[in-house]
Amino acid sequence: MPKIVYDGSLDPRTFKEVIGQTIINLLESDPDVVYVDADLMSTIGTYQYHQKHPDRAINMGISEANMMGVAGGLAASGFKPIAHTFGPFASRRCYDQVFLSAGYAGNDITVIGTDPGVCAAFNGGTHMPFEDVALYRAIPTATILDITDTVMFENLLPQLIERAGVKYIRVGRKQNAKVYAEGSTFEVGKAIRLREGKDLTIVACGIMVHEAMQAAKELSEQGIEVEVLDMFTIKPLDVDSLVTSAKKTGAVLVAENHNKIGGLYAAVCEALAYHHPTPVACVAVDDEFGEVGPQDYLQQRFGLTKEHIVQVAHHLL
Amino acid sequence: MTKDIGALKKLATQIRLGAVEAIQARGFGHIGGSLSVADTLAVLYGAILRVDPKNPAWPERDKMVCSKGHAGPAIYAALGLKGYFPYEEILTLNQPGTKFPSHCDRKKTPGVDMTTGSLGQGTSLAVGMALGDRLKGRDSRMYLIVGDGELNEGQPWEAFMFAAAQKLDNLTVFIDWNKKQLDGFVADINHPRSFAAKMEAFGFHTQEVNGNCVEAVLDAVLACEHVKGKPHAIVLDTIKGAGVKEVEETFSNHSMAPKPEVIARWAQGLRDEIKAMEGGAFDA
Repeated sequence: MPKIVYDGSLDPRTFKEVIGQTIINLLESDPDVVYVDADLMSTIGTYQYHQKHPDRAINMGISEANMMGVAGGLAASGFKPIAHTFGPFASRRCYDQVFLSAGYAGNDITVIGTDPGVCAAFNGGTHMPFEDVALYRAIPTATILDITDTVMFENLLPQLIERAGVKYIRVGRKQNAKVYAEGSTFEVGKAIRLREGKDLTIVACGIMVHEAMQAAKELSEQGIEVEVLDMFTIKPLDVDSLVTSAKKTGAVLVAENHNKIGGLYAAVCEALAYHHPTPVACVAVDDEFGEVGPQDYLQQRFGLTKEHIVQVAHHLL
Repeated sequence: MTKDIGALKKLATQIRLGAVEAIQARGFGHIGGSLSVADTLAVLYGAILRVDPKNPAWPERDKMVCSKGHAGPAIYAALGLKGYFPYEEILTLNQPGTKFPSHCDRKKTPGVDMTTGSLGQGTSLAVGMALGDRLKGRDSRMYLIVGDGELNEGQPWEAFMFAAAQKLDNLTVFIDWNKKQLDGFVADINHPRSFAAKMEAFGFHTQEVNGNCVEAVLDAVLACEHVKGKPHAIVLDTIKGAGVKEVEETFSNHSMAPKPEVIARWAQGLRDEIKAMEGGAFDA
């Protein structure tokens, strides 16, 4: 079970150290795990392990299409491959290979795409994926996670590698807010209610969970009681939790670090349109390309802050 | 298994006949590139591959990935002759619900080791499988067939560079240099210059042989066993449509929809050839 310890403070650990160590722990504990990377090992702290074990932690070079195909072949040989690169190169660059060589061909692989959306910060527009979720959602039976904090990552990666199909994790490398206590466990496809309310549901994932909680606090001071769902699994979507909350509050606001087209907002709209038509609004990237800058600037620039959530909430209500 | 050249020639002709019969049953199909690789498939399935048709998923088996997945009809013929399924089933090629789609599909066809058809992608998959076998400590070998037109794609070159860097000597890549791709001659579209020189430069043990001669292909495959520490490339100098004269002489022979009486004549010609071949019965 997830134990919520959110108080707005930063996670004491960076994702960078936890991603690398979690991968290494899996390599050490399970001989069927193999890890491939497109020359970005140093960015998640796995390079030293690779130097000692180049056959288990394999640097593919800068060749993402080949990496996804090789990962598919390793899966066919009986391995549980984990592939890592930055988000745009883990999605756009190798989409056909993930779709066909892994998905269609029935080769189960786990893909980690780091620095989602504005987390790409100083790498700028070329490295800023606002569409990775949209692409992966269109792969039949794919699983997609947008990670909230380090505790969640280290609990979910071991689960994902055992899961069938294509699995995609988008996760930053710096720190998000700390939300969950050490030892929390998570279930793929099961949203977490971080806060109860009766007037509005905010559905958030990734870096936007913190913004949603801050906005909920501010709205509460204004007499609006907000329910917050951490929808860390974008696919398969937890339709039950969504619909239950929407029935209670009658209005849903989705907050995501992604284009408003094809991501969590789209998934929520599709589900509610069918199961329980409800007014929905979003705080998401308004169909734009990325740009360079510090993450806090980019959150302002693309409208991904608690202030934007408060504003859109008022408009929605 | 046989190293009898007569038997392998007969098997190659039987594979050609199977591909033609499957395409005849559906009325159209990828005939040119199916016929050009028939001799290589005969060598692999007749003399080389360590496989068990009753246990297609046997992990220790040798593997064969045809990245030019449109050669499906020839592969299905080879697998049917080898006993993976009743041979007549290949006549359901591309019928609704068939186990035999245009392009190879590991989830549908017993004996097909990997799903291919989106050109280029089979290369990385085969390299990953060869690497996986080595990591698992298996002594299995991987045989990968790629098309010459397919090498317009970038992905195979990524895969080749990686395979050589990993010293994957359990991998043999056949390049079916049949000179033509869908719209015309490979040399007129993106002239590849020398495939052999390219593969050599990529770090492969490289040979170039007459790919429509089972003896030459067999010798080249056997020669690979003596070279360690690098992957192997065999450039197959072939004719698109090899073995059916009218297909060889048709300019646009990638996919054809011949008149029923025409393809019936091709099939009969192949049957007559098989009948004329003395001895060397295929020992599955």
